[in-house]
Amino acid sequence: MKVLEVKGIQKNFGSLRVLKGIDFDLERGEALAIIGSSGSGKTTLLRCLNFLESPDQGTISVNGKTIFDASERLSLKSDEIRHNRLYFGLVFQNFNLFPQYTTLQNVTLAPQLLAKEREDYKGNRAAIFKELELNARDILAQMGLTDKLDFYPHQLSGGQQQRVAIARALALSPDILCFDEPTSALDPELTGEVLKVISSLAEKRTTMIIVTHEMQFAREVSDRVIFMDDGVIVEQGAPEQVFGNPREERTRQFLARYSG
Amino acid sequence: MDIAVIFQRLTESFVINIELFGMTLLFGLPLGLVIAFGSMSKWQPFEWLPGKLKRPDGKRWKKIISILVGAIAKWRPISWLTKIIVWIVRGTPLMLQVVIIFYVPSIIAVSKGLPSPWGSGRLLATGIAFIINYACYFSEIYRGGIESIHGGQNEAGQVLGMTRSQIFFKVTLLQVVKRIVPPMGNEIITLIKDTSLARIIANKEIIMMAQEYSAKGLIWPLFSTALFFLVFVGILTLALNWSERRLSYFR
Ligand SMILES: Nc1ncnc2c1ncn2[C@@H]1O[C@H](COP(=O)(O)OP(=O)(O)OP(=O)(O)O)[C@@H](O)[C@H]1O
Ligand SMILES: [Mg+2]
Repeated sequence: MKVLEVKGIQKNFGSLRVLKGIDFDLERGEALAIIGSSGSGKTTLLRCLNFLESPDQGTISVNGKTIFDASERLSLKSDEIRHNRLYFGLVFQNFNLFPQYTTLQNVTLAPQLLAKEREDYKGNRAAIFKELELNARDILAQMGLTDKLDFYPHQLSGGQQQRVAIARALALSPDILCFDEPTSALDPELTGEVLKVISSLAEKRTTMIIVTHEMQFAREVSDRVIFMDDGVIVEQGAPEQVFGNPREERTRQFLARYSG
Repeated sequence: MDIAVIFQRLTESFVINIELFGMTLLFGLPLGLVIAFGSMSKWQPFEWLPGKLKRPDGKRWKKIISILVGAIAKWRPISWLTKIIVWIVRGTPLMLQVVIIFYVPSIIAVSKGLPSPWGSGRLLATGIAFIINYACYFSEIYRGGIESIHGGQNEAGQVLGMTRSQIFFKVTLLQVVKRIVPPMGNEIITLIKDTSLARIIANKEIIMMAQEYSAKGLIWPLFSTALFFLVFVGILTLALNWSERRLSYFR
C-alpha cells in the first residue's frame, strides 16, 4: 500500500495560481527528491502536506486513509488537523529551533506534550518521560550530537542546529519526513554534515520528501525525482533518468542552468 | 519641627504611592495582555458577505458598493474597538482620567440622591484609572513583543502537533517576556513617578504631604521626596537588571 497519495492539489494565493494540480504518491521507505526553480511551488506543496496551508482542491491520503479533502475541509476540527499533521514531519530551511530550550529539550518538548493525551499518562508520567528522553538521546546520538545535549541553539553552528531540527522531527516518528531546502541557509562547509545525516536516514529507509537545490545530492540519495515548474509536475522518474536523460525540454533547460 | 517626624510622615504617605504602584501592576499587566490579544484579533464576522452579495442578474455592482462591501468584509470589530479604546486612553491625560473616574459616577449618584459610590475609596478610584491607563500602554508593548516573534516559531510548534495554547505558553511567551523587559521597565519606572498624580483627587500621597509643609513655609520636605523616588527606582532598576540577566541564557 502507498504510504502517501496526493491527488489534484491546487492552491491559489488570491489570483496567483501557485499549485495547479499536483498528483504523486510515495511508497513506504522511499526517498523522493523535489527539484525546480524558485517560485515553482515546492515550499507551498510541503506546507500543504503539513497543513500549514489549506489546498483549494484535491485530496491527501496516508496509508489509504483520506486525511484531507478540499471539498469537505470546513468540517475538519482543529484537533483533527493537529493529529493529521503528525503523519508528517517538516524540517525548515531556517531550522526554527526553540531558542529557550536546550538541544535535548527541543527534541523532547513535543513528545512530552503529546504524551499528556495518552490514557496511561496519569501515574506513569515519570516512566513515560524517561522513555521519551531515552528515545531523544538515541536519535540525537544518531545525529552525532551527544556532546551538545545541554547546549542552547545560539551556541550551536548552523549545521548542528539543523541536525537538532531533524532529530526534533524524528522524535515524533512521522510516517513521512519532509525537508524544505535543509541546507540552503548553511555555509557551504556545513552542508555536508547535514546531507550526510539525511543520506543515513535514506539508508535506513526512512520515508522522505526532500526539496533541494543540491542536484548531486538529490541524484545520490533519492529513489525518485520530481521536477516541478510553475505549479505543475513536469517530469518524474528515477534519478538516473531525470538527471541523465530527461524527457522534457523544460527539465533539460533547468538542469543545464545547474551544471553550467 | 522634628526632622524624624517629618520623614516618618513622608514615609507613611509614600506607602500610598507604593500601593497604587502595586495595584496598577497587579491588575494592569494581565489586563494589558487581554487588550493586546483584543487588538490582534483577526475575527471577521462579515467575511462571507462578498460571496453572498452577488447580483441576481450576474452583473457587477457599482464600484462604490463593492468597495464598501469589501471594507465591511475585512472589518475586524474586536481589533477595531480595542484600538479605539487604546487611542482614547493614550490620547488623554492620565490626570483627567483620574478625575473623570472619580467624579462622573459621584455626580450621577448624587443627582439621583444616592451617596457617592467611591465613599472614602479615593485610592480605589485612582487605581482603576491607573490600571486602565497603564494596561493600554502595556498592551502595545505586549503586541510589539508577540508580533516580533518569528512566525516560524509558531509553525514549528504547529508541525510538532502542539495546540495553540501550548505554542503560546511553551514556546512564545518566554521569548516575548525576554523582549519586553526593557520597554516594560521604562513604563514601570514612569509609573512610580506618575503615582503622585493621585493628589488631584486628594489622595494624601508623598508630594501632597510635602506640599502641606511648603504651605507652612517649610520647603525642604518637598525637595526630599526626590530621595524616596530615587531609592525606589534604584531598587526597581536592580530588579530589572536581574531579570534581564536571568533571561540572557538564550537569544
Ligand atoms: N503566503 C503567500 N502569499 C502569497 N503568495 C505566496 C505565499 N507563499 C508563496 N507565495 C507565492 O507562491 C509562489 C511559489 O512559492 P514557493 O515558496 O512555494 O516556491 P518554491 O518553489 O519553494 O521557491 P524557492 O525555490 O525559492 O523556495 C511564489 O510566487 C510565491 O511568491
Ligand atoms: Mg521554497
